[in-house]
Amino acid sequence: MTVRLESLKSILYFSGLGRAELESIRKLVFEKAADRAEVVLLESESAENLYFVASGAVKVFKTSAEGKEQILSIVRPGESFNDVPIFDGGPNPASARTMGPVLLYGIKEHDMKAILRDHPQIALNVINVLAGRVRHLVSLVEDLSFRHVISRVAKILFEHIGGEMGRGPRLTQQEMAAMAGTAREVVGRSLKALEEEGAIKLDRHRIVITDKEALQKIMEVSS
Amino acid sequence: MPIIDTRKCDGCGLCVGVCHCNALAIVNKTITIIETVECDWCTDCEAVCPNGAISCPFEIIIQEP
Repeated sequence: MTVRLESLKSILYFSGLGRAELESIRKLVFEKAADRAEVVLLESESAENLYFVASGAVKVFKTSAEGKEQILSIVRPGESFNDVPIFDGGPNPASARTMGPVLLYGIKEHDMKAILRDHPQIALNVINVLAGRVRHLVSLVEDLSFRHVISRVAKILFEHIGGEMGRGPRLTQQEMAAMAGTAREVVGRSLKALEEEGAIKLDRHRIVITDKEALQKIMEVSS
Repeated sequence: MPIIDTRKCDGCGLCVGVCHCNALAIVNKTITIIETVECDWCTDCEAVCPNGAISCPFEIIIQEP
């Protein structure tokens, strides 16, 4: 299969590039398909490729010695993962697992470095993406350090509201727990508490936000 | 409906035991959903599964005024 130019164009690293530049990059990109729940990267292993999600979603996470999982990010189409070890030469800082069938685009480390040298626009895009990543991680540190679990759960609900045009990502309580840095049981309790406060309603497989303002207030409460 | 990963399911039957609406059964040593209407998404099956073979994902929406 040939890597689609349109898909490459939608990758944040390659935004603002012309057709000729994209064509030259396309030659260095390879495809990798993965099934649901496949571990595509393991923490601490050496990194060889930079990956972009072409379709599907990938969960980037760390695992504690006790086996507790902390989700660092969910990588969606157009976004990249495994950037840090490609640029600093260190091992993978986290593991990555597919959340469903996924199509990845990969670029070898040395090819990515050559691309950066040849295309200054991409270097600027990379800085922009990594700056956004730092912001996200700072926010995560804040969540894990200062926020009550219930406000962490409220924040997760806010960040994963489905759009009008289609469904948003669907989350299990296990995934919410991993995002909030807490146990699944705590998430269950938090959802019940949010329901008791009238902020949400649990409607079978739906979490309906019934009072957005109330949920926002809970979200803003820090410990 | 809950999603069952048959590759992870070892047919231990814990989920069948906790399911209060009899939505799950073991067929050919694998968990199968046999009742789709009554499941109220309590997610107990997801919580009890030792292999992470069942997931009950939620869609998050805002109630229209």
